[in-house]
Amino acid sequence: MLMATMTPTLEAPPAARRGVWGWLTTTDHKKIGILYGSSASVFFVVGGIEALLIRVQLATPNGEFLSADAYNQMFTMHATTMVFLVIMPAAAAFTNYFLPLLIGARDVAFPRLNALSYWVFLFGGLFLTVSFFLGGAPDGGWFGYAPLSTQVPEVVRMDYWALGLIIIGLASLLASVNFITTIFTMRAPGMTLMRMPVFAWMSLVVNFLLLFSLPIITVGLIQVFLDRNIGTLFFDAANGGDPILWQHLFWLFGHPEVYVLILPAMGIVSEVLPTFARKPLFGRSFVIFSGIAIGFMGFGVWAHHMFTSGLGPVAESAFALTTMFIAVPTGVKIFNWLGTIWGGSLRLNTSMLFSLGFIAMFVIGGLSGVTHAAAPADWQQHDTYYVVAHFHYVLVGGAIFGLISGLYYWWPKITGKLLDERLGKWHFWLMMIGFNLTFAPMHILGLNGMPRRTYRYPEGLGFEFWNAIATIGSFLIGVSMLVLFWNFYRTRRRGEIAGPDPWDGRTLEWSISSPPPEHNFDQIPVVEREDDFWHRKYRTAEDGTAIAIEPPPNMEFERDEDIHLPSPSFYPVLAAAGMFLVVMGLVYVPWGLIAVGAGAVTTLWGLFGWSMEPITREEH
Amino acid sequence: MSIDTLAQEHPGPHDVSHIRKVAMWVFLGSEVLFFGSLITTFLLYRTRIGDGPGAAEIFDIPFTSVSSFILLMSSLTMVMAHHSASRKDWRQMRVWLVATAMLGIVFLSGQVFEFTEFVEEGLTVSTSPFGSSFFVLTGVHGAHVAVGVLLLLATALMSFTGRLRDGEGMNVEIIGLYWHFVDVVWIVIFTVVYLMQV
Repeated sequence: MLMATMTPTLEAPPAARRGVWGWLTTTDHKKIGILYGSSASVFFVVGGIEALLIRVQLATPNGEFLSADAYNQMFTMHATTMVFLVIMPAAAAFTNYFLPLLIGARDVAFPRLNALSYWVFLFGGLFLTVSFFLGGAPDGGWFGYAPLSTQVPEVVRMDYWALGLIIIGLASLLASVNFITTIFTMRAPGMTLMRMPVFAWMSLVVNFLLLFSLPIITVGLIQVFLDRNIGTLFFDAANGGDPILWQHLFWLFGHPEVYVLILPAMGIVSEVLPTFARKPLFGRSFVIFSGIAIGFMGFGVWAHHMFTSGLGPVAESAFALTTMFIAVPTGVKIFNWLGTIWGGSLRLNTSMLFSLGFIAMFVIGGLSGVTHAAAPADWQQHDTYYVVAHFHYVLVGGAIFGLISGLYYWWPKITGKLLDERLGKWHFWLMMIGFNLTFAPMHILGLNGMPRRTYRYPEGLGFEFWNAIATIGSFLIGVSMLVLFWNFYRTRRRGEIAGPDPWDGRTLEWSISSPPPEHNFDQIPVVEREDDFWHRKYRTAEDGTAIAIEPPPNMEFERDEDIHLPSPSFYPVLAAAGMFLVVMGLVYVPWGLIAVGAGAVTTLWGLFGWSMEPITREEH
Repeated sequence: MSIDTLAQEHPGPHDVSHIRKVAMWVFLGSEVLFFGSLITTFLLYRTRIGDGPGAAEIFDIPFTSVSSFILLMSSLTMVMAHHSASRKDWRQMRVWLVATAMLGIVFLSGQVFEFTEFVEEGLTVSTSPFGSSFFVLTGVHGAHVAVGVLLLLATALMSFTGRLRDGEGMNVEIIGLYWHFVDVVWIVIFTVVYLMQV
């Protein structure tokens, strides 16, 4: 077949793929990645505003800005939004967009399932957020401790919470099955598991964590929902139920979840540092095996969240030990990253700065985490702002810094334009200073005894000064985010063209155009070693320095003749909309049962249409 | 190792049946934790019967043994369906698929009968934590059987249209994985929930 006749059919997408309809029906992993990223940004603004409202309330003693009721909704929804609707989908955005590119595939294993995951996630997020306008948002904490979450069934707020998390969990579960299968079956020839980029490895670990931890919380959430709605007694202590069971089920999910949030950022940092230090990742296999070790051990430390619930000295000692032990593989990674930048020729651009910031902030958060491992000390810190300081250092200083580093790193690949470096540095320093002003004082507040989740504090306890500082810091973070969004807007119009390989990258995504063609690779690459793309560009001299190979490698390939791309499909979004109706109706039983029925029919219609639809669009 | 061998050892993107089988195994891994959590809940609450009846008073072991046997036999017919499908004997395959679904329906009917009996004897979801955890665990298992029955019947029906003909054998194998898994879970439930509590 002639190349000339083939090219136009691939370059010019059919009309159905453009516009809103194109986005609704897309099965392209790159477009779905962009959808995940955009949704996460919107929810980030929502969660950020919630955080700022909390800080305004706490800026002065006896705050009058929010009522106790509004405050409860704010801290519950701030945490729920940031964990489930921001960090997880932002990581899913990078995994969606880059996992297939990193392993040399044309798409994920199940493109339509991928679309379904996204739409279920989005509808779940909307479901949680609309509760604000329908009688109040969930107000029992993101951990939903029973019996607080199972009492007052007349007020449906915690029904929104339980059902929302169930379907968002379903979305993540489907995605984890999809990604694990993709990694196991879709790698390019020669891309052995140990040659996979570290980000792909961390995605694999994360998705196994989700696969095994989500069913546990789902069982707990079902029990909460049934306790509230049909009178089961799972967490009803007066009738023999055991609220501590909820804590076990929640944290058996909740602690692996912590690693679900941080490991993608660790993967990103492990890609960014070697690129901008122009050195291979130091102790690469050690980083990978540490990630796997964290994945396994993450299931053995959950009860350190429950040291004050009366587990007894034996259980507490055991979990104190496993908790200290899990710091080891984490610490190993820190040294690997330091070893990577040691002696490298560093380029301190914004992406690199955020990765270095990640290391510094994560070390602080990690060390305060180790102090929680000592059970007697933890009794003192439990439910104080010291804990708030700790987990914001690992989740903002860690996860968010890592994700933003990835954003600056991969933005040129996604859009074809470089983000502005000057604005980027403003963003970094404002955020770095704002972040530390906000959360470092909370260590002091916590050790001085300021409790979490209280909507006001009296004068004269010595909390005034540091709370005021924290509020100023939180607004600095807000300003830094405005700089970031301004940067997005500006560079879309007049950003510098990136070209395929702006950072002199090491991994396969830099070997194709920016943005990548719809089919990713003209020819599926054949991989011969780790960092294969780098070794096509450079050979190593005897003193260890990299020497460019002349002439540079030709990255233009003849396009494969039979490229199968997934066809767009309307059924995933249809099935997801049906699920939205089901959960919406379940909140308002009995008359909501009409919506449940309509939703179930819609979902079945979607799944039936799905199974009867031909899978691939042939392109020859 | 040469590139050719690598390419051969590595399943290409077009090996759809392999990919779907991996996905089903991965999904079943998740289901293990799902049922594990429900069974753990039951074990915690097995003696917390409040004022209601306990396991020894209400379980009818001979009856549940028979329905368990019926569910186990459905694994045999499932294997026969898969066998027929791999020989591309579509008529036989349909017979065995429907037979498997029928055995599943008999099991479900037994469960409905059992549930009504227990309710009459005074055990409901809100009698005691024992009642809550028993009904939710066995009910969720029943829902899994019901989904399996739907999948079996849908596959049998679709095989008439011929649209899925190429993939049929593979579909039957994947549904078989699910069906056998649900059976194995029942063996655990029957042992732990019924036999060990009377």
